This record gives sequence, C-alpha cells and structure tokens, in this order.
Amino acid sequence: MSFAWAKQYEPQTALTKWLDEKLPLPRLVYNAVGAGYPVPRNLNYMWNFGVLAGFFLVVQIVTGVVLAMHYAANQTVAFATVEHIMRDVNYGWMLRYAHANGASFFFIVIYLHIFRGFYYSSYKAPREMIWLLGVVIFLLMMATAFMGYVLPWGQMSFWGAQVITGLFSAIPLVGESLQVWLLGGFSPGNAALNRFFSLHFLLPFVIAGVVILHIWALHIPGSSNPTGVEVKQESDTVPFHPYYTAKDGFGLGVVLILFTAMVFFLPNALGHPDNYIEANPLSTPAHIVPEWYFWPFYAILRAFTGDLSIPFTGIVLIPAKLLGVIAMFGSILLWFILPWLDKSPVRSGHYRPMFRKFFWFGLIPCMIALFVCGGAPAEEPYVVISQIATAYYFLHFLVILPIISQIEVPKPLPFSITDAVLGQDKAAEAPRTGSVDGGDTGTAPEGSLQPAE
Amino acid sequence: MTIRLGGIIAGLAITAVLVLWSLLPGAYNYAFGPAPEQQPSYAFYEHGEGPAGGFSFDGAFGKWDYAQLQRGYQVYKEVCAACHSLKFVSFRNLRQLGYTEAEVAAEAATWTIPGIDPTTGDQTTNPGKPTDAFPPVYYSGQGNPPDLSLITKARHDGSNYVYALLTGYGEPDPAKAAKVGFEVPDGLYFNKHFPNVNIAMPQPLSDGQVTYADGTESSVAQMSKDVAAFLTWTAEPSLVERRQTGWFVLGFLLFATTLAFLSYKQIWAGLKPKKK
Repeated sequence: MSFAWAKQYEPQTALTKWLDEKLPLPRLVYNAVGAGYPVPRNLNYMWNFGVLAGFFLVVQIVTGVVLAMHYAANQTVAFATVEHIMRDVNYGWMLRYAHANGASFFFIVIYLHIFRGFYYSSYKAPREMIWLLGVVIFLLMMATAFMGYVLPWGQMSFWGAQVITGLFSAIPLVGESLQVWLLGGFSPGNAALNRFFSLHFLLPFVIAGVVILHIWALHIPGSSNPTGVEVKQESDTVPFHPYYTAKDGFGLGVVLILFTAMVFFLPNALGHPDNYIEANPLSTPAHIVPEWYFWPFYAILRAFTGDLSIPFTGIVLIPAKLLGVIAMFGSILLWFILPWLDKSPVRSGHYRPMFRKFFWFGLIPCMIALFVCGGAPAEEPYVVISQIATAYYFLHFLVILPIISQIEVPKPLPFSITDAVLGQDKAAEAPRTGSVDGGDTGTAPEGSLQPAE
Repeated sequence: MTIRLGGIIAGLAITAVLVLWSLLPGAYNYAFGPAPEQQPSYAFYEHGEGPAGGFSFDGAFGKWDYAQLQRGYQVYKEVCAACHSLKFVSFRNLRQLGYTEAEVAAEAATWTIPGIDPTTGDQTTNPGKPTDAFPPVYYSGQGNPPDLSLITKARHDGSNYVYALLTGYGEPDPAKAAKVGFEVPDGLYFNKHFPNVNIAMPQPLSDGQVTYADGTESSVAQMSKDVAAFLTWTAEPSLVERRQTGWFVLGFLLFATTLAFLSYKQIWAGLKPKKK
C-alpha cells in the first residue's frame, strides 16, 4: 500500500529491467525504504530509533555468527573459549566487546523506540498490529539477551540462569518439574548451556522475521508523526529516500560514535566483574543481578516481599515469589492491551495536557526508580522505593491511562502536518496538490486512514 | 469498554496486594523494626585507593610501562606463583612485554610443565616451551587461591583493587576492635581493603623480598604496583592496542558523521521553514 502520490519504481538499466520482471527485489527495497515510501515530513529524531534498532540487530547477527565460529558450548571449555576469542583470535576482543555492548545499545535504542511509542501513542489505531508485533520482538529480545548472557559461563551467567529459570518453579504444582525440564538438570549445566546456545543462535533470525512483519505492518498505514495528525495530502510527506536516509544516516553516525566510545574505551562498564570468574556452582555471588536492561523488571519481581495470605490465619493464598513472577511478566504483557486501554482520540502527547504530566512526572521517574532499585541490593530503602514505583507502574497503564483518556480535554490539533510545519498562513499559500480527498475541505474522506477523532 | 474496566480492576487489585501485603508491612518494619544487623568487620573496611600517581596505562591515552610489566612478572614468578595459577596466559604472550624470542624460550624453560611420557605413560614434567600456557598450581593449604589471569577484570576497579589489597595488611585498631568485639578468626588475616576484612591469604610481600633485575628498590608499594600492572596486562593484553584502534575509529566516525550532517542539511534545505 502507499499513498496515491508515492513515486513509482522505474528500472533504468537492462539488468534492473530484467530483474524487475523476474524477481522485483529492487522494487521491494525502493518501496520499503527508498523513494517509493512517502513519510511525514515532520518526524523528529525520536523517529530515528527504529532504523537504529534494525542496525544493531544486524550488528548482533554479524558479530554473533563470527563469535560462534570460535566458541564451544561445553561447560568445561566455554569460559576458556571466550578467553581464546579475547586473546588468540585476530580482533576477537573487538568482536566480543562489540557483541556485548551491541546488546546494550540494542536495548537502549529499543527502549527509546518504545517510549517514543508511549509518548506519541504510536500504538493507537490504525497501528495496533505494528505495536503488537513490536512487543513480540521485545519479548524475543529479552529471551535472546538472557540466553546470550549465559554463554560465557561466568559466575553471573550461571547464577543468572539459576535465578531466571527458578522463576518458573514458582508456578504451582508443575513449577519444580518445569524448571528441571527447562534446564535439563537440577542446576544449570552442560544440557542448559547447549540448549541456550542453540536458541541464542536461532532466536535472532526469528526476531528478524518478526521485524519484517513489523515493517510490513508499518507500511500499511505509513509512519506516525509527532502531531499525531494523519497524512492528508502530498505536501505532508517527503520520500523516505533521500530525506530520511540522510537524516537517519546522521543519527546513525552519532550513535555509532557513542557505541565506539563504549567498545574501545569502556567495554566492561556495562557488565558485571563477577562474570570474569568462571561459573562455580558451589560459590554464590554476594549480589546476583541481571544485565542492566532487565533491572526495571527485576525490581518489579522483587517488589513483592509478602505472601498474599488471609490475615491472622497464616493461610497463604499466593506466595510472594509467584506474585512477583506474575507482576513481572504482567508488566510487559499488559503492553499487548495498551491500544485498547488508552482510548483518547488524540495520539500525540503534545496535545494531551493531562497525559503529558503523568508521562513526564509519573511514568519516567517511576521507570528511573525501578531501574535504580533493580540494580541495587535487596535492602531498604530500595525495597520500599521499588514497591511504590511498581504500584505506580501498574496504576499508570491500567488505571490512569483509561481514566484520563475519558476525562481529558485535548489541545486543538493542527489541520494537517503541513500546517504544523509551516504555520497556517504559509500552508494556505502552498498549493495542495495530490490531496487524498482531491481538495482541502478539511474532512477526512471515506476509507481514509484517519481514526474517528 | 470491557478491556478498560478489566484493566482498571486488575490494576487496582495488583496495587492493593502490593501495598497491603508487601509495602505497608515492609515500610513499618523499615521505620520501626530493628535495624539490620551489621557484621562488626564492616566497621574496619576502607575503600582501597590505587597507587599515588596512578598507573601508566590509566586514561584514554595510557600506555604500558614495559619495564614495570617485566618487574611485575618477576614478582608474580617469585611470589604469587607459589599459590596462584595464570592459566589463560602462555609464555609466547611474554613477547608483548618486550622480551625477545630467545628470551621467551629461555624464560619458558625455567618453568616445569606436567605431562605424560608417551612411551611409558608415566606422569612426568617437561621444561616449558613458548607455546605452553602457565602451569596449574596445586595448593595444599586451606582456602582456594584464585587463578590470576583475569583478576583485575573480575573485581571492581581491579588494578587499583589489587594494589590496595596487597598494601592493606595490618592490625585492626585495638580500641575499636575491643569496642565492637571484633577478632580476626583463626587462620585468617586482617586486610582493611578486603570486603569482609578477613582474608585467607597471609601478607605475601615484604620490603626487599624480590631483587629486581633493573635495580629498582623493591618496597611493598613498588612491588604491589608492579604486579598490579602485570595482572592488568594478563587480564587485558589488548588494552593499549584497543584504545589506539578506538581513536582511529572515532576519528573516522567524526569525519563521516560531519559529512552525513552536512548532506542532511543540504537535502532538507528546501523543506525547512525559515526561522521567524
């Protein structure tokens, strides 16, 4: 699908003409990320992170495939083969540090991408499917990252695997057996390491597949934009190439500079020193912490310190551990129903005064508190802070969003993207060629992509 | 509507469970309950600082001091190697410390490597070859001396930690120890820079213990600094090369990003509204 004014691919050379008849791959690229994809002209830098996430997925797959050529998933040698990569493989240290920090940067750009979605309500109709696929990608990323962290077979690898698979043991009746089945043993060992390596190799390609679906679903309604007003006319859009290839290229350069600074100058800053100690089932680290990108969810897991019991009887209805596991998985799974929780017809947080306050003074501080508490030892005052932040997290998405979408009075929206960029007077001067509805009547035509506003 | 109503009910329920069964009892306990017990040893712990003046490899432009690395290797060989192995390092790697190929072969031959005699099957020992890794160390005493190959990466701020640990031995302040009832347990030694101040390793270094080949005075501080530098090298042999590569890559990226920015500005020049 595309807008009526989208540029059409015209093969120029004999080769591309021949190719276009047999397998129109250049046409596909042209329409997907080339001049054939009209994109709103007012995207800010927050719209850069989808491309960057795709870039880091490629970085992870390329570095990961080469690392796998030198790594052995066997508990007796896994730690040593990682050191072999660091010491004996040509530029092995660069590959491994790029892969380890690449995972961190993948999560940084994904979190910015997700929070862009929260602020500008990118999940709303007609883009629910893009959002749902995005949540699937995020869950797959978390699984992949967790299993990748186990592979160096250091202390945090081993004990992280123990703790995370231990979450499943909280499930009533079958939990203990489930954990043994997942690990292939009573504690992480060779069976667990082998299957984690296999899955860690497989899942990135599954992610790549879902990413293709994500982009496909994006191309049906087209990209959202900071005003939240849908595209109405040709002057609202510019071709993806060269406009956004140039802008994303600059953004990529900036992020690569930061990435390079981490890889070459602070490669271990985001990791834990204990993972340079070989896994030892007989020695538990003082503080078991996951990688930094899981800290907010780890804080939610640990926030539930008390069993749900009937007071004064001692009858436990739900143990604290199970409550924590439900809350942790629930905190991400609730994103699946987000498009139906927030029914405000206005998309952009820019035009939603109440939503905006709760976003900047509620959700963002809450996420920062969860992040800090997740990385801190399970002591006061971190526990109480994480409990308050966890409570706010669920209230924000499940209670506050549905209520404010009902009672909020949004600010007036610009008529069109062109108006928002140029101001109303100038936009009136500009010829409105190629309008969807054939004229600037200001009403969305039947079958337009505009949701009921 | 059903989804929103369900969401509100679920959100209030999970918050109620969290607040009533976890937050309120926990907060009450935090405010009015007994303070969490602290080990008396924590009163003696001091965060360790690195050597005065820092290491030659500190900072983004730092370089190895090869004479120091060679001295550090000597300390490892004559002191640490009695108990601690260095299994991820091979003798051939010593070339990076500035030794010639012949010197490395001669140095390797001073070590004995356990092996099997292929004709009899008996256990035997051979002189080390440059291709051999440092041999395993069998330790019969109490405790479990860790392998030192990665020790400076396996501790927070590892190079400074190793230096601080080696210079942190002493006796606890007797007045303070009597006050909190602290005694160093039998078989352990007091070290104010070790996390729980009771370490199984006796003080390994004393002044003048090693006679440096280059004539440097072998004070405890000097030997600690040298061996900490050597262990930084064993943990990260590519440290200096990595940063040099990094400056080159950063320079290229700054240039490429500047070009990308200029082309972005040029491509968008016709579209951007003029500033009022």
